Amino acid sequence: MSIYYILQDQRKCIGCLSCEVHCKSNKGLPLGPRLGQIIPVGPKMVGDVPRQAFVFMPCFHCGEPWCVPACPTGAMRQRPRDGIVYVDHTLCVGCKSCITACPWGAPQWNPETGKVVKCDYCMDRLDQGLKPACVSKCVTHCLEFGKMEEVQRDRRQHFAKLVAFELDKVVSAR
Amino acid sequence: MAQEVYSLCFMCTVRCPIRVEVENDDVTWIEGNPHVPGIEGALCAKGSAGLALLHDTERPQYPMIRTGPRGAGQWRRASWDEALDYVADKLKGIIAAHGPQSLVFGERTNLNTHISKTFMKALGSPNHFTHDALCKGSVNTAFRTLTGFTDPQVGIDYANAKHIVLYGRNIFESLEIKAINNMLAAMDKGAKLTYIDPRVTVTATKADRYWMIRPATDLALNYALMHVILKEGLQDKVYVRRWVKGLKELEAFVAPYTPEWAAQETGIPAEEIVAFAREVAAAKPQVVFHYGYRGAHHPNEIYLRRSLIILNALMGSIETPGGLFFKKGMKAAGRGDIAKYVDQDIPKPSVPRFDGSGGSHFPIADASHGNPQMLAHAILNEDPYPIKALIANRFEPLGSIPDSAGVRQALDKLDLIVAIDVNYSEIAWYADVLLPESTYLERGDSIQAISGLKPQLFIRKPAVSPRYDTKPGWWIIKQLGNRLDIGQYFPFETVEDIWNFQLKDTGVKLADFDQKGFVVLSDKALWWDREKDIKFKTPSGKIELVGTLMENAGFPSFPPYTAVPTPPEGAFRLMVGRTAVHTHVSTQNNLYLNELVPANELWINTQAAAARGIKHGQEVEVSSPLGTKGIIKAKVTDFIHPEAVFMLHGFGKTVPAQTRCYQKGASDALLQENVSDRIGGSPAYDDTLVTVRPV
Repeated sequence: MSIYYILQDQRKCIGCLSCEVHCKSNKGLPLGPRLGQIIPVGPKMVGDVPRQAFVFMPCFHCGEPWCVPACPTGAMRQRPRDGIVYVDHTLCVGCKSCITACPWGAPQWNPETGKVVKCDYCMDRLDQGLKPACVSKCVTHCLEFGKMEEVQRDRRQHFAKLVAFELDKVVSAR
Repeated sequence: MAQEVYSLCFMCTVRCPIRVEVENDDVTWIEGNPHVPGIEGALCAKGSAGLALLHDTERPQYPMIRTGPRGAGQWRRASWDEALDYVADKLKGIIAAHGPQSLVFGERTNLNTHISKTFMKALGSPNHFTHDALCKGSVNTAFRTLTGFTDPQVGIDYANAKHIVLYGRNIFESLEIKAINNMLAAMDKGAKLTYIDPRVTVTATKADRYWMIRPATDLALNYALMHVILKEGLQDKVYVRRWVKGLKELEAFVAPYTPEWAAQETGIPAEEIVAFAREVAAAKPQVVFHYGYRGAHHPNEIYLRRSLIILNALMGSIETPGGLFFKKGMKAAGRGDIAKYVDQDIPKPSVPRFDGSGGSHFPIADASHGNPQMLAHAILNEDPYPIKALIANRFEPLGSIPDSAGVRQALDKLDLIVAIDVNYSEIAWYADVLLPESTYLERGDSIQAISGLKPQLFIRKPAVSPRYDTKPGWWIIKQLGNRLDIGQYFPFETVEDIWNFQLKDTGVKLADFDQKGFVVLSDKALWWDREKDIKFKTPSGKIELVGTLMENAGFPSFPPYTAVPTPPEGAFRLMVGRTAVHTHVSTQNNLYLNELVPANELWINTQAAAARGIKHGQEVEVSSPLGTKGIIKAKVTDFIHPEAVFMLHGFGKTVPAQTRCYQKGASDALLQENVSDRIGGSPAYDDTLVTVRPV
């Protein structure tokens, strides 16, 4: 598993899809591939109010990825220092084995290059001390990027505060 | 090495401040200006898709002169000199034969509007109009009748609100980043959100209370709320006593409008209306009854918008933290005003306006914006005089004025149509001459003075050089002015000249923008004293419930409630609205935005659809009383009221050069009848009843 994680605060996400365009415009992608996709679910009635969820689906950067061993050329690889799963485009031959192997649909087809493209947490930006494009420009700042343990800690603290003082919100948020 | 340029987005009219990274004269990254509170780097989908606009090959790339029939797509490339000479020669002939008023100039209000207004004034034509009336004319008029201020002079302090009430103001889809973040911050601190709409939008799914109100009955709900508030004495009594004139008249007027009566109209149970009135009053004065942005639904719109502002007045929330505020300008910050070229000494044209704005057709509408929905009528009937030429500056008469087929027919009578646009819009494709404007990333524009609690100045600087042979709008207007012998009113060569002229009385220098891209003119929020010193601009200096402006024009302030007619069996009320990834009529062909939302769908209630044999995802034909039709996919859902159907605005395009959106979805403007609120000035966009059948 990559040491990083993107946490999505469903209460703040408004499903505006800006993260998808931030990603595509940053990587200069053509029509087709959607590396981090928002999947809207609902609306459905929860009590007397309608609720909808917008589930953010980037690559999970698995600890033991299905895609890496499936790749016959070594193009799909895992960065040793932080576990980011990425494609070396010079080695990709467009065989689509990784697309077949991934249970989550993370590797995407780039029809312009005839190769695979996937979420790499914008590792070129990370290496400059920046955050992934989707997180940097999220309209409501509902996406949070960080090391696994930091994000997890933040999440529990936030939840604890809600449970302590605003239990009704915890119930109505989903 | 990357350079950074602070500028202003223009993918929509909100114009969020942006920071652009440039390498080798190409844009590599756009983000929200990280220094602006409430933005902090954030940018919407449209903002990031600015890169796709910049690099788009499906936008006009050089001046073009029509060679075939209008709209046939037969063009020849022209040089700028040739195209401008061509337009100027034609205009000279038209003006000589029919007078300057035979030219109308329509635009979406933009930072250079003071320059286009100068152009028309100097020519002697009163016929500059903006898109504003189509969007919010009735909101504007409602504010003027009650407070003396226009709606752009009013803002909302979301961050400190305790209860926000939205009537179809779909704030999370028709979005302004700053407002959203301030609102989410308030909700995080416990503010409540009530959302009222016949359709479940994203905003509805975030609300604490949602009412699926019967379409077109919001006014009945508001009269009942006032009834409960006044009967139970829930209003801010001190504020109302000090600032509200005409309370007795209001009390008498709303007496018959009980919650039980409103329940019949709206479908909202009476006890819920009463409970809501009490709950919202408990949060007063930190209450916002949002007065609407695109406030243009039915012919009685003025009364709905007035009722919303009156509810704020009863809550004591006007000029109150957590409520509404009047925006403070340069002078309030102790500065000189930003200079405008239109304030030069130019005689005011003496002929009346073509659209009867502020006159015969719309006596109290805001004539500084005009009423574009009169365009077809004026051309076809030569009422009040012949119209022979139209310049459309990023204004889309064929997508934003109702009954677009009627508008197209009227345009055929014109001797000259000129379009200034960054896109192959419908009007650009129908024009005789297309003058392509550079995108906002390729041009500088006039400085933006933003009034508010803290007045600020923002600037749009060019990030890169134009990709194609395009020019800024202000340059195009000046060149036309030179050729029409009014060049002296455009004493600038470069955008820097414009900026320096604008700043001359402000004490601000161009260099002040370098560090962060904007200049804040007040450290503290400028509020008027809500107990003693709110400077209402009405004759009485108070909020006039019985409005002088209304009454003097012969319009009653409180006419008895008349219901908007219920659709007969088999018909639906056609509602329109927005998505977070498109801007009105202008982004449907954008590579990235088109991919996310390529077409509109027709929302139709599950039971209503079943009764007509309509299945989810199936194509249906929508027919208007105008005889026009649209083919569109049905979205069958429980989340819309059975009396209404809904589609997104701005689809059903007919320009083949826009290959991505060509003929995708249905055009709302083609289906809508051109009916207006004659008092407020807006067209009634949700007033058309349509029929729907499977195809």
